[in-house]
Amino acid sequence: MYPQSFEYVAPRTLKEAVEFLRKHEGEAKILAGGQSLIPILKMRFASFGYLVDIGGLQDLHYIKRDRDSIRIGSLARTSEIEESQDIRMNALMLAEAASQVADSQVRNMGTVGGNCVHGDPGNDLPSVMLALDAIYKVTGPSGTRDIPASEFYVDSYSTGLGEAEILTEIVIPVIQHGSGGAYIKQRRRAGDFSIAAVAAFVSINESGNCGVARLAVTSIGPINFRSKKAEEFLTGKKLSDQNIATAAQLLVDSVEPVADPYGSVEFKKEILRLVGIEALSKATDRALGV
Amino acid sequence: MSVNKIKVTVNNKVFEEEIDSRLLLVDFIRENLGLTGTHVGCDTTNCGACTVLLDGKPVKSCTVFALQANGKSITTIEGLSHGKEMHPIQKAFLDKNGLQCGYCTAGMIMIAHWLIRKNPEATRDEIREAISGNLCRCTGYDSIVDSIQEASQNMIPEEEEDITAGQRGR
Repeated sequence: MYPQSFEYVAPRTLKEAVEFLRKHEGEAKILAGGQSLIPILKMRFASFGYLVDIGGLQDLHYIKRDRDSIRIGSLARTSEIEESQDIRMNALMLAEAASQVADSQVRNMGTVGGNCVHGDPGNDLPSVMLALDAIYKVTGPSGTRDIPASEFYVDSYSTGLGEAEILTEIVIPVIQHGSGGAYIKQRRRAGDFSIAAVAAFVSINESGNCGVARLAVTSIGPINFRSKKAEEFLTGKKLSDQNIATAAQLLVDSVEPVADPYGSVEFKKEILRLVGIEALSKATDRALGV
Repeated sequence: MSVNKIKVTVNNKVFEEEIDSRLLLVDFIRENLGLTGTHVGCDTTNCGACTVLLDGKPVKSCTVFALQANGKSITTIEGLSHGKEMHPIQKAFLDKNGLQCGYCTAGMIMIAHWLIRKNPEATRDEIREAISGNLCRCTGYDSIVDSIQEASQNMIPEEEEDITAGQRGR
């Protein structure tokens, strides 16, 4: 299978890349690892006049730890997230999710930035970024701006990223003592997209109750999204099995999955409820240091 | 057709060619270089028959444009054996019946090469996880896991680093 013909450009700097995208707005597409884009091009679901290969921009390829945050260059490979000690120590749920993306080969080639900006609601990392309240740093013709992950996802394959903008960095706060997160994904076969997956983050306040709860969902609906109802229910309450079960039910009540080869509506709802409970329970255990 | 220059090191040999921008890495390896040990199975990023090492790490070469490998080093199944002397992983696949039809084997061996370098003491579960992107429709995988385990006892990871660095001089 072959894509339609395109012109290939490999800019040497970020500035050059942005300039090219600005000049060819609507005709050019960014190529990073290509693990989502190349299959789409090969199946001819889409075609572009120009592919702008940013793979050579080494300045965007890093994982750094500051005092309160982890900064991930958009070209860091998914496998590097999975293996990074900084991420394992300070944002375990992100490594946990990265290790469940597709398979080893795809993770070696696919980038974190690509996974997050592609806008496929079946992608795993956006849910973790939502649960961790990540900030996306993007650069475009008029400079650099921050977009919170929570405002980034608009519709399937449609995001807050401008046509001539490039995601350069993702900033995630370090998970502090007394907080915990978990990513639970259910799929039929190795390498599949999930039937449903949930990223849960909770913190425990001084009275031993839930301080902050963030709950984000993969593969159900047009975008990765947070369930405000479930989050509001949990805030200030004890993270008991019963409250977690109620939160998971609120999460299920707020979605309208579509039946497809991954399962019927009822099946998907039940899977979502179960992964929701598991993710919240595991996040709670981690927050409590169990 | 949009023509671009590419310079890559494949199995320690440097190749410079002019290629169509949409040429896939697997077809560059098979058609342009004539290295047909790397197979095309599904052509949809599922089966892993096209697995090669790109700068030492396994990737699915049906889902990489050849131009993305520009300036990089590639190792294919042909780069593992010493002339007619088989690589320890190849020997193990022979000894432990790690193949029947053989179509998936090159991909299996390339991913095994990376796994053993990364984790020489991989458990059976870790081996299964590592090869989860490689499909075999004959063996049922048990004999492949046996083969990789056997190979991990005979392969010396330090001796393999230079293969993937593209600096092996012979």
